[in-house]
Order: sequence, then structure tokens, then C-alpha cells
Amino acid sequence: MLNALKKPRNYVAYVFMFPAMAVLILGLIIPLYNAVELSFYDWSMGTPWETREYLGFDAYVRMFNDEAVYQSVSVTLRYTFWVLVTEMVLGTALALLLEKPVRGAAVFRTIFILPLMVSPVAVGLIWRYLYDARIGLINYFLESIGEAIPFLQYLGFTRQLWLADPDMALTSIIITDIWQWTPFIFIIILAGLQNLPAEVTEAAIIDGANWYQLIFRVKLPMIRTIIMVTLLLRIIDVFRALEVIYTMTFGGPGLSTEVLSLHIYKTAFTAQQLGYASTIATLLMAIILVFTILALIYQNPLKETAEY
Amino acid sequence: MSEIAAPSSQVIQPARSRPRVKSSTVLYYVVLVGLSLIVLVPILVMFMTSLKYQVDILSSTPEFIFTPTLTNYDTIFTQYNFSRYLWNSILVGLGATLLTLLSAGMAAYGLARMRFYGRGLMAQTTLIVRAVPPAVLAVPIFALWGLWGIDDGRVGLVLFYTALNLPFVIWLLIGFIKQIPVEMEEAAIVDGANPFQIFFLIMLPLMRGGIAVGAIFAFRIAWNEFILALILTDRFTRTLPVQTTLFLTEQGVEWGLVTAMGSILVIPPLIITFIAARQIIAGLTAGAVKG
Repeated sequence: MLNALKKPRNYVAYVFMFPAMAVLILGLIIPLYNAVELSFYDWSMGTPWETREYLGFDAYVRMFNDEAVYQSVSVTLRYTFWVLVTEMVLGTALALLLEKPVRGAAVFRTIFILPLMVSPVAVGLIWRYLYDARIGLINYFLESIGEAIPFLQYLGFTRQLWLADPDMALTSIIITDIWQWTPFIFIIILAGLQNLPAEVTEAAIIDGANWYQLIFRVKLPMIRTIIMVTLLLRIIDVFRALEVIYTMTFGGPGLSTEVLSLHIYKTAFTAQQLGYASTIATLLMAIILVFTILALIYQNPLKETAEY
Repeated sequence: MSEIAAPSSQVIQPARSRPRVKSSTVLYYVVLVGLSLIVLVPILVMFMTSLKYQVDILSSTPEFIFTPTLTNYDTIFTQYNFSRYLWNSILVGLGATLLTLLSAGMAAYGLARMRFYGRGLMAQTTLIVRAVPPAVLAVPIFALWGLWGIDDGRVGLVLFYTALNLPFVIWLLIGFIKQIPVEMEEAAIVDGANPFQIFFLIMLPLMRGGIAVGAIFAFRIAWNEFILALILTDRFTRTLPVQTTLFLTEQGVEWGLVTAMGSILVIPPLIITFIAARQIIAGLTAGAVKG
């Protein structure tokens, strides 16, 4: 019976696919193709398309000799590493700690997802205000605590420059990202834990497993696919994001917070080198593609079997 | 899939741990309240700042008790044409959401229920382009947009936000469609319904749970996105995030005005969150957790 739907009138399927495919081709595939094409050219903003100069792979040679690109890749990797490690550990630990359903859990979960829904521009401006060296709330609290307990002043409880200090700017932005995205890890890991069949943990407890064994030998191994997919999704998102950093520091001071996606934007629209920006963009796409394919291997919605 | 959001509350407690429940419950609430404060305080600070006079904002000891004023909101609406940008954001947000839902719903139905040549390729392409960074799209879109000759940047934004949303929403809706029993469609075919009647009259109403989740996520991207909006819009077609960043100058930021704009920018997502937290969590977990 179902064959009537699946087999004969093939064209119907294409009609259903058409709107989405048209939008994807116009809005993603063509621009992506153009980005890769443009990556082989030298083309500046404001000059006619015809005056572009073909560089071929020389464009890529130029990129791999570019100090600023290496600097930006280094910033991106340090940013990604610290953000992911902290968020994964913190999010998973909180999920394990708060796994037991308590009265009012729904209210707290609602609060926790707020940072995920807020516009990155708003997140950036909120934290830029909090970090402000003169009127920011963070410095006010640090100074108050330092004055109350003078010993703590040696541990940094004094006014700091935060975003204006090249050595602290990246850390400040990492803290902001942790604030915004740890709830994401928490919510997903929590859902994974609460989806585990209760019998398994009960059996482990009856067999005399202690809390350490229960967590590291039973629960975490059982949700390892979820942890992996969450990690990959976060990696992809961290590489994509630039709005918060744009709003908070615009990559500064110097190049200390200029992640790759922001570097691409600035190469294109501040330095006005559209061709070269596409070269770097192609590099970023290649990096992200690797993680995307990994994520797909772990989790493909078209696969028939549910797994976790 | 929506069950993920509302885990069954009867996790059986082993008898051994029963005496400790009381004190650990107190600890849970202490941790929960502490975390909630960390989440809420920055957002509340923004709301509070938007209700302050510039004098109060600039005093080096923050005033927690102050006389609230709406002067910042008054200024951004009367002097800086804020209602125009608000309207642009609403138009783009609703346009992209509707286009996303219609095209994603049809595509998800096709991918989940029909077999056709190229299905695997379409599915994979859809999922891989999910990860395209807006910054990568920015350059070619900037170049193409001039060539395509469409003047209104808002039309472009609706198109590009829909494209950015589609992979995730298609992915999400496939999950929902798979939970709907095929017997419904079979019965409709017996009754002589064509595939379009089946989709619009039977499937869409049954998919409304998934549609609600998809709508929230599609609107969230369209409402919040910044980089493409910055590139494609001019002073008439700007959306809220773009207009807000224009006030974040290097020196002497007018924090009252900026936080007022930021507050208006976050109010719709906050309202949606409070109304539909369950759907949001279902959407967040759909990608990684399968129920």
C-alpha cells in the first residue's frame, strides 16, 4: 500500500523538494561555489569584477605565508580549546549533579536556556558593559572584595583592564562564551542521562558500584555518542561565530582576539580584499567540513535505527 | 522526540540513598539558584541600565537603587527612528520563518516518506551545508547581490536566513514525521487523496509539534543574525542588531541608549523562551539525542 506513495509518481517527490532546493541553491550553494572560485583571484572591493586578477594556487601560497593568518588560526585554536574543554566538563558535571528531577526543575531549565536564545549582539554588549574598566560591574565587585579582604588583592582582586588588555582580552571573551553556551551542553547531556534506562543504573548500584564507577564506568560510556555529537556541534559553532567578538573587541587589542571568521570579515570589508578573504574563507570551510562529516557519521537522521 | 524535554519524573530511587535525600535536595536547590543568578544577572543588568539616566550609569559605584526613567527608550524611538528598524526585523523574522517552515516541511516530508533518485545526495548536501559560517557567505553574497539587481536588502536576508535555517529545520522535521504512523497516509490514499492534499491537510496538522519547534529556531536565527544583515542592508533596511552595534563606538559609548536597544532586541526571544521552553529544549536535543 505504501508503495503507492513511494514508487510510481516520482515527479511528486521533486515537487516537494523544489522550494527547499531552490532556496538552498540560491542562498548557499551558489555563494559557496563563488567563494571557492573567488579564492583563486585577487579582487578588491569597488573595482569592477572584470579587473580581477587570476592568481590560481598562488593565492593559497600567499595565505600560508601570511603571519596574520597564522596569528588568527592560533587565536581560534586557543579560543576553541579552552571554550570546549571548560564547557564540556562544566556542562557534563552539572548535568550529572542535577540529574535527579526535583520540584521546579522546569523553571530552572527555562532560565538556563535564556543565554542561548539571546542575540549574540546583545550578549556582546552586555558583557562589554560588565567588563568596562571604569563603570563595569565586574571591576566594582573585584575591588570591593579586594578592599574587604586585602590579602586577595595579591590574587587579582583589583581593577583589571579586561578587554583593553591584550593578555586578558581572549580570556574575557572565553568567559563570555562559557556563560552563553555551557547551558547548551548541560541541557543535551541532561536529556541524554535522563533517557538512560533506569534499570541499568539500578543494576549497577545493586552490584555495589560506587559513585565514581557509576559515573565513569556506566553513565558516561552509555551516552558517549551524545557527548561526541554535542562536542562536534559545538566545534562547528565556535568556528562559525564572530558576532560576540565583533561586538566586544572587534578582534583587538592588536590581533589578540581576532578569530578566523572575524579575520575573514575584516579582510573583506575593512581591508577590502574580497578575493583574499575568500581564500581564507575556503580554509575555514575546509576545517569545518571535516568536523561536519564526523558529526554526520555519528548521527544521520535518515538512518533508520535510533542509537545512543 | 518531544518526550525528551519532559523526562518522566519517576526515577526510582534506590532504597539505600533515601535517608540522604533531604540534605542533597537542599544542595540541589542551592546549586540551581546559584547558577540561575549567574545566568540572569547579566541580562538583568542590561534591563536596569536601560532604565537609568546617563549620570547614574557613569557613576563609578553602580547604583542598585535608582529612579527609573524611560528617557533612553524615548530617545531611540523619537530621535533615532528605532521603530523603522524594529519593523524591518519583524518583517525579516516573520518572512524567513514562514518560508523556512513551508519549504522545510515539504522537503522533510519528501525525504522521510518518498524514495526518489538523488534522495541520498540531497539529504547529505542539506546536512553538510548546515555548517556554513555566515562569514564565509558574506563575501560572495556581497558580490552576487549587486549582480542580481535586487535593491531591497531585506529580500536577500529572508532568502539567506531561510537557506541557513533549512538544513536544521529539515533535519528536525524528518524526526517528527517519522513518528507519525504511515497508516494515516495509506488510509488517505485509499480515499483518493493526492500527495499534496495528504501533506497540507493531514501531515501539516499532525506535524504541528515539530513546526512549532522549527518556527522558534528559524525565527531565532533571523531575528538575531548580524553579519549578513550588516552587509546587505542600508540605513532604510537595517535590522535591530545592526542598528544596535552602530552605537557601540570605540569611545564614549552611550550605554543608556545601547542597553535600551539591546533590551528591545532580547525581549521577543525571552518571551518565546518563557512560553515555549519545552519546545526549545526538544529542538536543542533533537540534533544530538534521539528519543
